[in-house]
Amino acid sequence: MKGLKVYAIAYLLFLYAPIFLLPMFAFNDADIIAFPLSGFTTHWFEELTRNAALQAAVRNSLIIAASTAVLSTILGICAARAATMADWPLKRPMMGLIMLPLVLPEIIVAVSLLVVIVQVFGLGLSNTTIIAAHTLICMPFSIAVLNGAFQNLDPALEEAALDLGESRWSAFRLVILPLVMPGIISSLLISFTISLDEFIIAFFLSGANPTMPVYIWGLLRFPGQLPVVMAMGTILVALSIVLLTIAEIMRRRGLKRAGLKDTGGFL
Amino acid sequence: MFRKRLTDSGRRGLILVSPPFLYGVLLLAVPLATVLLFSFWTQDYLTIDTSFTFANYSEALADPLYMQLLRGSLLIAGAVTVATVLLAFPIAYFVSFHVQPSRKSLWLFLITIPFWTSYLIRVFLWKVILGYNGVLNSSLTGLGLIDEPLSFILYNANAVVITLAHAFAPFAILPIFVALEKIDRSLLEASLDLGETRLTTFLRVTLPLAMPGVVAAVLIVFIPTIGDYVTPRLVGGPDGLMIANMIQTQFLKLNNAPMGATLAILAMLSVTAVSLAFIWLNRRWLRGPR
Repeated sequence: MKGLKVYAIAYLLFLYAPIFLLPMFAFNDADIIAFPLSGFTTHWFEELTRNAALQAAVRNSLIIAASTAVLSTILGICAARAATMADWPLKRPMMGLIMLPLVLPEIIVAVSLLVVIVQVFGLGLSNTTIIAAHTLICMPFSIAVLNGAFQNLDPALEEAALDLGESRWSAFRLVILPLVMPGIISSLLISFTISLDEFIIAFFLSGANPTMPVYIWGLLRFPGQLPVVMAMGTILVALSIVLLTIAEIMRRRGLKRAGLKDTGGFL
Repeated sequence: MFRKRLTDSGRRGLILVSPPFLYGVLLLAVPLATVLLFSFWTQDYLTIDTSFTFANYSEALADPLYMQLLRGSLLIAGAVTVATVLLAFPIAYFVSFHVQPSRKSLWLFLITIPFWTSYLIRVFLWKVILGYNGVLNSSLTGLGLIDEPLSFILYNANAVVITLAHAFAPFAILPIFVALEKIDRSLLEASLDLGETRLTTFLRVTLPLAMPGVVAAVLIVFIPTIGDYVTPRLVGGPDGLMIANMIQTQFLKLNNAPMGATLAILAMLSVTAVSLAFIWLNRRWLRGPR
């Protein structure tokens, strides 16, 4: 199956083309984003450190992403743990609603929250509104990651802890939590990454303080600012790859801890 | 005794699921219902007229601009879906059937990484790649393959299809991969032993068994594509604009939330209708040959 392998490699090149180009332009000594490249410079990275508005946007995004990661992971633990329990009435429709944001167009989520927050409650937009919305869309991803961790638990372990006199809560804390910890870390990192990059919802719901993608969107209209955006993007991509690699290692370690064969993939 | 324990476990499950479920109700179900309600109201300059009316719907359905955008969006989303799934299937097949089991998760990881990197910057870089003086055109002219830069690849629907096929790649690959992994390999051997060729085995055994994954891939690509306004705005040009751009304009620029809500509902309804039709056709087709 040589042809298929060639196709697979060509496809990976297609997937990675934008990521390969990003650092090229970030280190390129020219104002315009085009070939041929002119020369090596770290000028655009230095410019980043002088841009106060961009730094404020980055700080905003980091706060939002961290809060989203914690909230969506806590809610995700509840849902993933509940999914392993026996059936209750309406289990499937309830889980369906929780997972719905995975397939819903993001603009629909953005528009519906905007209507409720601004038109119905007359509240202002702030970081809180973005955190609330990002938690909603990250929750299904958290659950997908955590499901793997919780479903592979041997129920005998919890029963043994209960028989030995632990309460339900201490059995959870002392036995289950350490076993699913890799899944939790993986879920935190994935929600953090999604929230950090999310633009469509943040654009609708951000108030006076833009998040980083919203700020970058504004810069895309000014050709002179583009090399700085490329530098910013390079840092972001490097950070995402590091976080995801850690998340993947954690996920695999979790599977190994549960004594399972790796079936691969986050979703 | 056993029955009682089951309900006990079920009760704890219900308690545990309540926080995420209530979150979903408050931040998703209630807002969606509100949008539906808004679509039956009208904007009266600065205030909203809350008398129930179909005025927005009749205006939207009668306006050729809105209908053109909606039709165009469905066509572009359909083209994106076909391109993404056709490109993704061989990859999922390759990883499932021709990669050693120990290296499968590495391949899947490599496939998913680009998906997690900044969406905005990825879309912008496609603009750089596809542009008149872009990476693709300058390398093709440099290699002497073309004399004039290709102009049909940026600022039109083609650019939107290419960019979104890139953005949604893992969404299409993973469900197909999961379906392929579930196929019992001895069925393929049996088919070959019974005199089918490799091609007919693929068409009559592998493909029908992989269809649930393909259907999932189609839906998971098609539905969110309708809601994208970044890619059309950056690489689509005037012909590539989609209904989501209009929804965004209604809400954020024209300050006409009821009309925006109506367009959002219409977009959702048409996406749901197309999806249901696809699932129905697929069921019929799968049942047919047996």
